[in-house]
Amino acid sequence: MADTSFDVVIIGAGPGGYVTAIRAAQLGMKTAIIEKKHLGGICLNWGCIPTKALLRSAEIYHYMQHADAYGLSAKDVSFDIEKVIGRSRGVSKQLNGGVGHLLKKNKVTVIDGTGKLKGGGKVAVTGTDGKALPDLSANHIIVATGARPRALPGLEPDGKLVWTYFEALKPDIFPKKLLVIGSGAIGIEFASFYQTLGADVTVVEVMSQIMPVEDAEISGIARKQMEKNGLKILTEAKVTKLAKGANDVTCTVEDKAGKIQEIKVDRVISAVGVQGNIEDIGLENTKVKTDRGCIVIDGYGRTAEAGVYAIGDVAGPPMLAHKAEHEGVICIEKIAGRPNVHPMEKTQIPGCTYCQPQVASVGLTEAKAKEEGYKVKVGRFPFIGNGKAIALGEPEGLIKTVFDEKTGQLLGAHMVGAEVTELIQGFVIAMGLETTEEELMHTVFPHPTLSEMMHESVLDAYGRVIHF
Amino acid sequence: MPIKILMPALSPTMTEGNLAKWHKKEGDAVESGDVLAEIETDKATMEVEAVEEGTLGKIVVPEGTADVAVNAVIALLLEEGEDASALDGADTSSGGAAPAAAEEPKQEAKPAPAAPTAASAPAEAPAPAASGGRVFASPLARRIASQEGLDVAAISGSGPRGRVVKRDVEAALASGTGKAAPKAAAAGAPPAAAPTVDDPVFANMPEFEAVPNSSMRKVIASRLTASARDIPHFNVTADIEIDNLMKARKDLNGRDGADYKISVNDFVIKAVAVALKRCPDVNVSYTDDAILKFKRADVSIAVAIEGGLITPIIKDAGAMGLAEISSTAKELAGKARDGKLQPEEFQGGTFTISNLGMFGVKSFNSIINPPQGGILSVGAGEQRPVVKNGALSVATVMSLTLAVDHRCIDGATAAGFMKELKAILEDPISLLL
Repeated sequence: MADTSFDVVIIGAGPGGYVTAIRAAQLGMKTAIIEKKHLGGICLNWGCIPTKALLRSAEIYHYMQHADAYGLSAKDVSFDIEKVIGRSRGVSKQLNGGVGHLLKKNKVTVIDGTGKLKGGGKVAVTGTDGKALPDLSANHIIVATGARPRALPGLEPDGKLVWTYFEALKPDIFPKKLLVIGSGAIGIEFASFYQTLGADVTVVEVMSQIMPVEDAEISGIARKQMEKNGLKILTEAKVTKLAKGANDVTCTVEDKAGKIQEIKVDRVISAVGVQGNIEDIGLENTKVKTDRGCIVIDGYGRTAEAGVYAIGDVAGPPMLAHKAEHEGVICIEKIAGRPNVHPMEKTQIPGCTYCQPQVASVGLTEAKAKEEGYKVKVGRFPFIGNGKAIALGEPEGLIKTVFDEKTGQLLGAHMVGAEVTELIQGFVIAMGLETTEEELMHTVFPHPTLSEMMHESVLDAYGRVIHF
Repeated sequence: MPIKILMPALSPTMTEGNLAKWHKKEGDAVESGDVLAEIETDKATMEVEAVEEGTLGKIVVPEGTADVAVNAVIALLLEEGEDASALDGADTSSGGAAPAAAEEPKQEAKPAPAAPTAASAPAEAPAPAASGGRVFASPLARRIASQEGLDVAAISGSGPRGRVVKRDVEAALASGTGKAAPKAAAAGAPPAAAPTVDDPVFANMPEFEAVPNSSMRKVIASRLTASARDIPHFNVTADIEIDNLMKARKDLNGRDGADYKISVNDFVIKAVAVALKRCPDVNVSYTDDAILKFKRADVSIAVAIEGGLITPIIKDAGAMGLAEISSTAKELAGKARDGKLQPEEFQGGTFTISNLGMFGVKSFNSIINPPQGGILSVGAGEQRPVVKNGALSVATVMSLTLAVDHRCIDGATAAGFMKELKAILEDPISLLL
């Protein structure tokens, strides 16, 4: 019979779970991971990765349509949605296999099934065929069950006319008209994808700005650019009713003033956030506490039940793959008694949104920094002042930096424009190493690159900007 | 070039340690994460793990060597493809101190002529670190420290490889440490020097065996000497009737399915933590500028271990139930005896309890564990005659003696704390209120 006793059992093989499993194995622990569907979880199969594949297709399509601007010609530009989706699924499949290989290489036992806490260091396992497998026992059990789309009453996804990201990634038709509820990362990325490929897309956001967690100025610039691209955006508005026809939906949208309009679309995407998967995992058999749909943990992933830990989306926001991975590594290193393990600095978790234009940020927004009582110095540098941006034909965008006036600490960095999702990490490292404005000013940035704007933004915060 | 393996600083206060044991021999293959050696620090034994992989080429410091300075080279690791010949003339100079001549030939060759161009001269000389070595600190930590008048060299770092980061400076600010070291403490010679082994004072005494002082013994000696010399101690004693407590304990321990065994000391820990919360003026540390009133009562427990004692901490004990206190205390005491306590598990308590009751001791005085403001000595619970309403009766009585630092805690404050503690211990059910 297969071995059932482990040092660590991890429930869920999303980015948090599988990375934690590999780290556990590196630390010499006998590790098992239980996954009910796909190695790599939502991120790799239904989230981060396949959407990036779709958006890449959309981006290239966009360039082909604007080939003229670069002195090129592309005639009869068109797309085959089946092939675009096929490519996206293929990318997920390739990476899914890669995760399996990595787990095997690290001698992690992978169990296909559903895990449920039984208390007392035991996990009940049901195989994917529904049959019970032998219980697993472990000194340390890490819950990494992730999250799923949230549903608002009256606007529940039905998988046909009202989609979640699952259907939006594998659509049955290419909708000519589309309405997206919610303008967080998921909503705005799908809106951007379908709009770029030619759909008439309306985004409805209840807050006063799109991408509500982002800096207001950056969000405003992104909105202007998106509206120029043809996206329709309604903020401070909510969808109050969905009337479904045979193959269409009439959406009732109410704005702040109470004005009501009806928008008839082919499909609706509900992207109103995600919620932790805390049900049916046996929490009732433990002392684990939950709060607003997430497991309550300390800085090291420990729950109220000794020997049970939680990481990633199920352990609370921000619900991001890279946060889950890092949280998992901290959790397992603490378990292993590694020296110098510290809780994650949550203000240093970057966020990237791959809409057109891209948005990336880390740390406090200008408004939040002021709210926390900092006296701030703010630097700005626009893409129009950067040689590489002009050469790329991407003159729209801004890099904004927020410093604590007293100490020179970089409190936040916010970007909108081409390739900013690849730029933000420079500031993340700077924040992690606790650099001040002085080291950033003394850093040599290569020319000609978009990264020079990061330097200029810092210089601008201190009145020393060169190229603007 | 062979990789130098340096004597690690396993705790923020460690300056030297003993190389207790090598787990690898010269010629052994080493993988990253392998345990190379055991180091005995001030208070604990810890394992040194390999960061790089290769072959252990040469052991520079043999096992059993005492007082090896932090950052001294203890061994050389050969990288893949290197053979033992690479060890010839390999540099074994310390990693942290001034760079070896071989590494900086240019500076050696040109003995400091005036800088040729004034513009390239640094505007200010780097601040010398206390130990003469380079102090690793983040730019932000340095800036906040300089704004607040702290010396980063006097702050222990919790970042990667002991780097001082913002949180360390903030902690030093909050605790009032990290000031440029007080002159008296920094000035060399220890004031009350003990005699040496060959001192004539021992000449006519019986034959003896000289057991070398362990690192822990040295720390105990220097800290408690300083405490007894510099802190104006005074004691307050109270007798506590613990019949109610014993009854409650028996009741709790006798319950069906009880997976705990609560001791009298667990009650004392809980009661002290609660009393400290109620009397925050006793949960304090004295500094020259301010009295630090801690917002949480973290109770240190004196645990006797082989060769000395150590004080693991029950953090925020007032917020814990007795069963949790009991299991935490047991776990920490076990780790203490195995020499496995992490630095944060024995550094930073706000008040200490020392219990010698199990030896039948009636009462005793303790020396304050600096920088704390107080220490409680717990004697045995025993049946004693007591007079109640003019009549003689028998009660189980335990004597508690509080020693406090008079610079920050006055008599009435100390007595008030004992009154509160007595009230809790004599009526433990009141903890439910």
